[in-house]
Amino acid sequence: MYDWPLLSLLIWLPIATAVLVVALGNSHESLVRPVALIGALATLLLSGLVYLGFDTATAAYQFQERVLWIEAFNIYYHLGVDGLALPLVLLTTLIGVLVIIGGWTIEDRPHLYLAAFLVLEGLMVGVFAAMDALLFYVFFEAMLVPMFLIIGIWGGPNRIYATVKFFLFTFFGSVFMLIALIWMYLQSGSFQITDLHQLPIALEAQILIFLAFLIAFAVKIPMWPVHTWLPDAHVEAPTGGSVVLAAVMLKIGGYGLVRFSLPITPDAAATLDWLVIGLSLVAITYIGFVALAQSDMKKLIAYSSISHMGFVTLGLFLTFAIARNSGSLAGAGLGISGAMVQMVSHGFISAAMFSAVGVLYDRVHSREIASYGGVANVMPWFAVFAVLFFMANSGLPGTSGFVGEFMVIIAAFHANFWFAFVAATTLLLGAGYSLWLVKRVFYGEIGSHTVAGLKDLHTREWVVMVTLAIFVIGVGVWPFPLVEMMEASIAELLSHIVESKIK
Amino acid sequence: MMWNDLQLALPEIFVLTMACVVLLADLAIPESRRGLTHLIATLTLIFAAILTARLMLASGEVAYAFSDTFVRDRFGDVLKVFSYLTLAAVFVYAKHYLRQFNLFKGEFYTLSLFALLGIMVMISAASMLTLYLGLELLALSTYALVALNRNSLSGSEAAMKYFVLGSLASGLLLYGMSLLYGATGTLELSALSASLSGGAGQSMLLTFGLVFVVVGVAFKVGVVPMHMWVPDVYHGAPLASTLFIATVPKIASLALAIRLLQDGLGTLHGDWQLMLAIIAALSLILGNLAAIAQTNIKRMLAYSTISHMGFMLMGILGGTSEGYAAAMFYTLAYVVMSAGAFAMVIMLSTAGHEVEEIDDFKGLAKRSPWHAFLMLMLMFSLAGIPVFLGFFAKWQVIAASISAGFTGLAILAVVMAVVGAFYYLRVVKVMYFDEPEASMAPLQAPVDFRALLSVNGIGVLALGIFSSGLIQICVRAFS
Repeated sequence: MYDWPLLSLLIWLPIATAVLVVALGNSHESLVRPVALIGALATLLLSGLVYLGFDTATAAYQFQERVLWIEAFNIYYHLGVDGLALPLVLLTTLIGVLVIIGGWTIEDRPHLYLAAFLVLEGLMVGVFAAMDALLFYVFFEAMLVPMFLIIGIWGGPNRIYATVKFFLFTFFGSVFMLIALIWMYLQSGSFQITDLHQLPIALEAQILIFLAFLIAFAVKIPMWPVHTWLPDAHVEAPTGGSVVLAAVMLKIGGYGLVRFSLPITPDAAATLDWLVIGLSLVAITYIGFVALAQSDMKKLIAYSSISHMGFVTLGLFLTFAIARNSGSLAGAGLGISGAMVQMVSHGFISAAMFSAVGVLYDRVHSREIASYGGVANVMPWFAVFAVLFFMANSGLPGTSGFVGEFMVIIAAFHANFWFAFVAATTLLLGAGYSLWLVKRVFYGEIGSHTVAGLKDLHTREWVVMVTLAIFVIGVGVWPFPLVEMMEASIAELLSHIVESKIK
Repeated sequence: MMWNDLQLALPEIFVLTMACVVLLADLAIPESRRGLTHLIATLTLIFAAILTARLMLASGEVAYAFSDTFVRDRFGDVLKVFSYLTLAAVFVYAKHYLRQFNLFKGEFYTLSLFALLGIMVMISAASMLTLYLGLELLALSTYALVALNRNSLSGSEAAMKYFVLGSLASGLLLYGMSLLYGATGTLELSALSASLSGGAGQSMLLTFGLVFVVVGVAFKVGVVPMHMWVPDVYHGAPLASTLFIATVPKIASLALAIRLLQDGLGTLHGDWQLMLAIIAALSLILGNLAAIAQTNIKRMLAYSTISHMGFMLMGILGGTSEGYAAAMFYTLAYVVMSAGAFAMVIMLSTAGHEVEEIDDFKGLAKRSPWHAFLMLMLMFSLAGIPVFLGFFAKWQVIAASISAGFTGLAILAVVMAVVGAFYYLRVVKVMYFDEPEASMAPLQAPVDFRALLSVNGIGVLALGIFSSGLIQICVRAFS
């Protein structure tokens, strides 16, 4: 069973389903949605097999597949997952199913909509599973194409501006990474990520490479000050687009930092950690205040995403300060673990919040907070879920939102009291904007006639809400399986990055 | 000896004969059966491909003929085969256009075949004189192709501009060649190279000659500062001729550049490298920035050609076989993409209304989802987005220029690629995000046209995913 090329299946099964869905599209419209759902569910099941077969005791890449792809340049179609990639692959396949269910009611060219999401799912799995840097880059860039169409075709009134901005921002960021990769290829003769991890590089070159990677991933995460595309993209994207964007695509930036920046340029990362930590703290606090001021629900969640992703970058780059202060690696690992948990957790929570906004938007066609009020009176079940998700977003203990942030803040204390102090204020801010939104939308008097006529969740929405709630609470109460999955790989990463690569 | 020489030039002799046959036969073929001319021309290309392939398979050795003025090597054979294939595709695309616009005459085929002969001679040139002869044959045939529609004012204007500027460039090139001859006393490229590495000639005279040669090459390739003709000719010529100019002669430009700069002047690499780098940088900037401002799709593609040729030069300037292979891959990839893009423009044109504006693509995704998807792939490929062919072309030339030490140029190139993405995205935006206008006629094209266009569009994806084979062909052409 485990001899199957499972990772390839995870990439190509959704894409093959997408081709089938488009082919069915013109003649058999009624079949389109079930076929897409079956494809996504099958992918989810296969990723379950990967999870079951994954050995958490080792940091080695597992389920490896290696085929020579471009002979002249020593490029391989090389896939494999370790403890850092696997959680994100699982997140992707799960979200892949949920957006198909969420997109059930799309009227305009549903086959294209579903196909775009399936292609996107396959490509995102490819990003996490790629072990060859050029293969990674190919998946990383190719993702832009379906997302460009998703926002542009099915988005809101200002969708064209938003989608072009999204595309050009991300494209601009990533081209510098390409140059860095080519430069390293010319030094080492290989695009294998593990070879690049071992390549000795002088500090000046490391700094340039680090900055090139940082531009690429900072745009994706996004970090302040290159975050401006995200609120636009989120606001204009259809619900499914926002969910995928927030839940998975942003994580690709964080994943890139862990997979490329830290291990390939550890010395530059140690030298420039103040830069990333500074930007993260600005993102956490300043963007938190910006979120507080939003009157549009999706925009509020978008800014909240940027602020929460600040914890990810903060956690990743605290490592060096902790190692310097304490000389021990144990505490240093906490920051990276926290960042990884935060990524997965934010994947669930942001997906849940955007889905919740989608539920309201489908009924009222407004994202303005002011259009609502007293929704809990007419949609009690929905209110239960939505309040849970927004509480989780503010870091309520017992939900997944608490675990990652708590770990990062503890790690920050080891590094520098003031880092922790600034980061912890966000818990207040996060609670502020999340709960204030809950108050204005769900509680109080019924805001308008439209709200008074709202109906509670229907079956498909129940499925999405319950699934996400299970994961949000599950990770919050019992994060052990998630942490265990990543433990060995993080230990390996740590022991690698504390060694200088300058030869 | 003579027999051997003739054998090596068999494909050229065959194409020459058949071009004359088409010329004569077309007189006898009545208007209603003009398809026969098309058939003969296509068969000519198929047989020429077989002849070239036979030569290629018979021996991998480099062979010279006609007193070392003519060479056959793997590089040349590959380029020739690609030229035949491209021209055959151009014929299919052009036929539909020519029929609709009442231009379906034998001349298009005769002129194209003579142009092809010129291209083949250029590809196989081992002497500056041969190179020049091939170039002039190509140039004269293309001038006439641009003026194919006698009633079109803009066509005649474009042909006139092209002719005047082209003659000037030919003159400059010839002047450069004569200076080189004066300095070294030889016209043969290999002898030129040998005497240069022997330290022959005055450096001043050589550098002077080199500058003129580079200027001539720059004009034929169509790069800044010799790019002025490109947008006007692309715009003014009938679409079928634009399609031709945008594809097959690009292969000849590559051959011209490599034969002259590598085979002949390889020793002066240090002198021409910087010139090419500046030309490439300017072309990237001007081509991409000017393309943004265009609303006319032919002009937009013309300016984008300038930037693409800038990319191509980034491969050549390294002066290494990897760099040449990258430039060759870039050219072949560009030819495939550009053929598809212009074919889409032809497809949208209906009798009497040649598509000019980008807005004519409005709502294509609703009118014909499949063709919109093909165009989407072509545009993303031209923009250099993975996993399409264009990306694999771009990263190779970027790698070549980084390994040649031109990291700054590489950074400029990727930034300009982002700028370029903007105007390609605009076409996608118009097709997918805008609504079609009610007045737009339904798309129609013959079966062979549609089939070839589909192959072309899918090819951009397939050649991207499976680019290894084509890369291998290019690498082996220089080993």
